[in-house]
Amino acid sequence: MDFIVDGFYRALVLLIQGDPQTLSAVTTTLKAAFLSMGMSLVIGVPAGFCLGYYEFRGKKTARTIVDTMLALPTVFIGLLVYAFLSNRGPLGGLGLLFTIPAISVGQTILALPVITALTASTLDSLDKGLRLTLISLGADKRQLFLSTLWEVRYGIVAAAMTAMGRVMTEVGISMMVGGNIKWHTRTITTAIALETGKGMFAEGIALGLVLLAIALVVNVSVSVFRR
Amino acid sequence: MMKKRFMTGLLALVAAIAVAGSVHAKALMMATTTSTDNTGLLDYLAPEFTKDTGIELKWTSVGTGKALKLGMNCDVDVLLVHAPPAEKKYIKDGYAESRKEIMFNDFVIVGPKADPAGVKGMDVEKALATIRSGHKTFVSRGDNSGTNKKEKLLWKAAGGPLPEKEAWYVQTGQGMLSTLNITAERGGYTMTDRGTYIKYSHKNGGNPPLDVIVEGGVILKNQYSVLILNSGNCPKAKKDLAEAFSAWMASDKAQELIAKFRLLGKPLFIPNANQG
Repeated sequence: MDFIVDGFYRALVLLIQGDPQTLSAVTTTLKAAFLSMGMSLVIGVPAGFCLGYYEFRGKKTARTIVDTMLALPTVFIGLLVYAFLSNRGPLGGLGLLFTIPAISVGQTILALPVITALTASTLDSLDKGLRLTLISLGADKRQLFLSTLWEVRYGIVAAAMTAMGRVMTEVGISMMVGGNIKWHTRTITTAIALETGKGMFAEGIALGLVLLAIALVVNVSVSVFRR
Repeated sequence: MMKKRFMTGLLALVAAIAVAGSVHAKALMMATTTSTDNTGLLDYLAPEFTKDTGIELKWTSVGTGKALKLGMNCDVDVLLVHAPPAEKKYIKDGYAESRKEIMFNDFVIVGPKADPAGVKGMDVEKALATIRSGHKTFVSRGDNSGTNKKEKLLWKAAGGPLPEKEAWYVQTGQGMLSTLNITAERGGYTMTDRGTYIKYSHKNGGNPPLDVIVEGGVILKNQYSVLILNSGNCPKAKKDLAEAFSAWMASDKAQELIAKFRLLGKPLFIPNANQG
């Protein structure tokens, strides 16, 4: 039990001293998350928009598939991405294995269903009258899309925050395709896995608290945007 | 319009990824085992290697089984593992062209100080047979690592089939330090390499809950070697950098560094690159 209290002290030490290994893990986590959030938003928001806004045949099926993908285990995604990025695999020539971009590819697969499903839900609950109002005001397709997105912006931010939570806290993908290489692809979560694997529980707790601190900073900035 | 913007954005991101993914010039990617990494040996040697050769050493520490698989798939440039029979077969199967023995330590059976199975001082074969007949808790790595392979060999030597489904045989599927922790929690026995055990003792302030119960004998020797991958199988593997690493690890300087790597005043690995 005392390793939890010990962990609190160590977290403070790590943060105040600016421990280089922790800093490296933080930067790696943020870089991977930034890339994957970017990709999943660019693909997921339009996809979720189409899924929620329009009526089409097979809409229910598409929605079910997306919702099922929410249950993809991270180690499974990691294994799939490894199969593609390995030198033996189809995309091996890109040399992406054991790099941050490889982690981001996996994390995008993880975040996409979240963004898509939640954006679709937000749009599902949008006032149907908005579309008619915008069209009567003379909006073209692009303006329709952008204005509608603006109306549901808080829902999309919520979707992004949820996806970010999954992405920043996963271990399976980072471990499998990142390789937990010190200074290069060691994220906070793989560092926690390593430290606890070595029996260094206090260090694991400390790193976990650092991750929470980052999440807090992100959420505070977002709440500022919300008001 | 919306589709075009979206496609451009997507392409830009893919391009950014490809650029970001370009690998550093003189970097060597190694797959190694948890025992070389967790003991801190690689963190200790790597900076010296870079200083002497200008090559950056990057490594991922996985079980030996996975390390060999990564080598087969050409996802790494060089291997540092400790499973001589598996390594020799690996070379015969054409995945590696050569191996160079670098250092060794030994495996030991550790267990509770009270030694409930009463096997202290026995030969390892007899000890395991006694543990088995007494149904005493034995914790295994269960992960196809070099350590795990050696352990399976010992069970064979002790006689009888592998205790796979026995209730007293606990397979953790995890690294050595994790397994030691679980062994201590369960009050059982396990097989570990001495280097990791010393690290474990050190972490427990020199007084760990597990003692060395059985040691000694040629069968318990734990040999670490560097494997150069077969360039026929992996043409893109950085063979010249791999050979530089192998040569450096066998050099007098590195061998001396390995000998000097101690915790609690005890050496964790014994260099033996230039003996036979």
